[in-house]
Amino acid sequence: MTDIGETATPAPSAPSPGAAFGRAIRSFALLRESGAGMVGVGLIALWVFVALFAPLVAPFDPNATLQPFAKPGTVYAQGGTFWLGTDHIGRDILSRIIWGSRAVLFYAPLATASAYLVGILMGLAAGYFRGKMDEFLSFIANVILSFPVLVLYILVIATIGASGINIVIAITFASAPGIMRIVRGLVLDLRNRDYVAAAQTRGESSWYIMLVEILPNARGPLIVDACLRLGYVIITIGVLGFLGLGLPPPDPDWGGMINETRSMALAFPHMTIFPCIAISSLILGFNMLADGLREIAIRD
Amino acid sequence: MSDEPPLLEIENLCISYFTRAGEIPAVVDFSMTLHAGESIGLVGESGCGKSTVAMAIMQYMGHNGGIVGGSIRFKGRDLASYSAKELRRLRGSEVAMIYQEPMAALNPSLTLGSQLIEVPMTHEGLRRSEAYSRAVEMLSDVRLSDPERVMAAYPHQISGGQQQRVVIAMALLGKPSLLLLDEPTTALDVTVEAGIVNLIADISKKFGTAQIYISHNLGLILSTCERVCVMYSGEAIEEGRIVDLFERPLHPYTQGLFGCIPLPSCDKNARPLTPIRGQLPLPHERPRGCYFGPRCDYFRDGLCNRELIPMSPSDQSGHRVRCLRWQEVPGETPERVVVARERIQVGEEVLRATGLQKYYPIHDRSLAALISGKGVRYVKANETLDFGACVRETVAIVGESGCGKSTFAKVLMGLETATDGELHFAGDEISRSPVRKRSPQQLGSLQMVFQNPNETLNPSHTIGAQIGRVIKKFGVESDPGKIQQRVLELLDTVKLPRDFYKRRPRQLSGGQKQRVGIARAFAGNPKMVVADEPISALDVSVAAAVTELLMDIQREHGTTLLFISHDLSVVRYLADRIVVMYLGQIMERGTTEQVFAPPYHPYTEALLSAVPIADPNVKKREIVLEGNIPSALNPPKGCPFATRCPRKIGDICDNEMPPRKSDHPRHVIACHIPLEDLIKVEPVFRTVAGEAAE
Repeated sequence: MTDIGETATPAPSAPSPGAAFGRAIRSFALLRESGAGMVGVGLIALWVFVALFAPLVAPFDPNATLQPFAKPGTVYAQGGTFWLGTDHIGRDILSRIIWGSRAVLFYAPLATASAYLVGILMGLAAGYFRGKMDEFLSFIANVILSFPVLVLYILVIATIGASGINIVIAITFASAPGIMRIVRGLVLDLRNRDYVAAAQTRGESSWYIMLVEILPNARGPLIVDACLRLGYVIITIGVLGFLGLGLPPPDPDWGGMINETRSMALAFPHMTIFPCIAISSLILGFNMLADGLREIAIRD
Repeated sequence: MSDEPPLLEIENLCISYFTRAGEIPAVVDFSMTLHAGESIGLVGESGCGKSTVAMAIMQYMGHNGGIVGGSIRFKGRDLASYSAKELRRLRGSEVAMIYQEPMAALNPSLTLGSQLIEVPMTHEGLRRSEAYSRAVEMLSDVRLSDPERVMAAYPHQISGGQQQRVVIAMALLGKPSLLLLDEPTTALDVTVEAGIVNLIADISKKFGTAQIYISHNLGLILSTCERVCVMYSGEAIEEGRIVDLFERPLHPYTQGLFGCIPLPSCDKNARPLTPIRGQLPLPHERPRGCYFGPRCDYFRDGLCNRELIPMSPSDQSGHRVRCLRWQEVPGETPERVVVARERIQVGEEVLRATGLQKYYPIHDRSLAALISGKGVRYVKANETLDFGACVRETVAIVGESGCGKSTFAKVLMGLETATDGELHFAGDEISRSPVRKRSPQQLGSLQMVFQNPNETLNPSHTIGAQIGRVIKKFGVESDPGKIQQRVLELLDTVKLPRDFYKRRPRQLSGGQKQRVGIARAFAGNPKMVVADEPISALDVSVAAAVTELLMDIQREHGTTLLFISHDLSVVRYLADRIVVMYLGQIMERGTTEQVFAPPYHPYTEALLSAVPIADPNVKKREIVLEGNIPSALNPPKGCPFATRCPRKIGDICDNEMPPRKSDHPRHVIACHIPLEDLIKVEPVFRTVAGEAAE
């Protein structure tokens, strides 16, 4: 053993936000070794920047009707350039994409987080208590999962109406069962660890054991899954927009932009293609980040 | 030494793994010569490179490992010159390997027969029928009683011991001239292990196969090999004939290893174990000169840490040692400052089990079960347990896997509740009170040390937080500053540096984690600590240190220790009283001296005989048990041991529960054989020469 410092009394404290930040920095340092992960981080960072500074970055008002059917690169008579062209009622596509990123980057993480909250609680309860609780929760999950996802979204939105918050509710409803299954599987394994038995034998409550002893050790696979799921949620928001179930007009919405211009896609491909590129680049970013995180998780 | 060329010559072998962190030299300098039909043991603690050597002989090191120096010559030809196709022929037909986990070596979706006949069909091009008869013959050679049935069975249908026999048969079917055995019995129970070891010891004689037997257990090496090579941190440090090396170990590390093993001559009071201090250096942090230097009592600055030390012969018999000072190092195990402990004074009874019973219901919802009315069956994990434990006493429960020892611990801890009977602890009846219903005081006075060092601590929290939580939970302290102070004191007690407070479990070695586990168990000042196989996953030298620590703390706190183990040599060393369990029932209980001397229960006798002892002066009677442990779902009607008992006296054993007999108030044997006959049984251990006590 190394020598025992009799006099040295360090001042260890409860994990502070500073320590958590330090760990995040270290994880990021690991991520830098993964090429795919860094490309993902770059893409996401680009979109986050664009969304945050939309008023400064966007050349025009996204809802102003300026000059219909302008091709990309057209110079606007009253100053400025339509770098990505305009749509059929004359709104600048670049500005709409920039402003539209705000909605996606707000609702997608919110919906994912909400789905995770519900899914994790259900999964913890099912995996930890097992028995009747598990049978009951798994039955509900199976019923929901047996519907085609799209039908579920349409059903939920059609019932409660189209709005940002309702999109979050619909996504939570449809994805929580899948998350619950993952969490349940992880918990079924982790609950047999000796440290859980140790917590039980010192009389900890069930929720303390689930949240403090078990959940932190399931975080690796869950973080990777969350990144992938964030990508799916972006697709979903796009699809809902495309189906007219997304954010109410006239606020820019990537899926909605594709929907509005799809009939003219052959004659004016720029109207649909640029929103499509926006959606896929963001999804690609999250998927590549997930790949990078998975590499780290495997190595740990 | 014979004149014919050696079968295998390894010269100055160096093997490295290449990782992101750079080159990791796993084996630094390893030489070895093996003649046809010879068996050599490779001993060392985990991480010393013994398995890497075996992999190098198979030329199978994964994509990131490689031989960076030296050579391996098999039958005179360098293995590096073999093409991939030649290597494929070599593996299986010339060199065969047997691994630790038999279940992992067998394909679960093919019958054993089809896996066995594949070997002669591939390597010798035999026809199916010829291969089949060869396989059946080989199965009976490895002493499987019903080869035809085994041929038709799938791996999961036979027991672990039988599986390992099949794997050995499979290896021998290719008629290899070299057999590599990597810890072949570690996953098996002691009585099963004894049978396999017997078989392995006969292989060389019967088939003329040379063997390299890799193990961490010196006792097993003693009963299987002719020569032995001790490895430490990637080097061979001592090599010689079994008898020479065991009677006169030269290297301080080898001597240290012997000091860590609870040999029959040890005694926890008069002659305690002498753990090796420090720990194995990491491959990239090895010191200059002698790798054992920092842990060595004979280390001399300026001599031992100057340059790499070569292996040098000590005499004509081929006994070689990698130590500059071996002539000055006394040949006997060093008598360090032996701190003799005083015998403890046992207090009043703190735990008493009376007729304790635990059944696990198994619900069979099939239609057939409903019709026959057998919808619920019971796994009889514990059946009428009666025993007690006193203050400051160490009581050991011994038995093989499935004997119900861990179930008892669960009932005691409140993780399960008993089906019947009573369990009194510190004045309270607790057999049917689960953890949730116990008072904080009850919980705090009964704590546990777990088996698996990698699972005992939560990887997500710091050491300090985990110990501190216990202190807070049991109300020892409530002020955060005082809690922290108490945690630091506990770290001192388990001899860990104070800066471990902020560390996370993955920064700790197995032994250190187990120390934290002990600190956590003692944090609430418990009356009784249950230790469920606390050292079985640790290396020899680490296990010795943890054992000593556990006993010291127990003594200091005046705690009762309930030690659950399958290892009789450890139990003999540290327990005051022993409870021997088989299939949920107590076969024999008594003080350590009573259990280790006649009269024995026939099962205790077999268990004792199965313990590998690393002392050539101790001879033991060989008792190899036939058959398998019956299922706890359907135990025998009479004596549970009747199906395997070598001393069975007749139908009475099969049909009637054995009566409890005692020759002393605290020594009970449950057996039909009259005590007078059991007393006449010859002791299992016999000291041939030397001074070994007892």
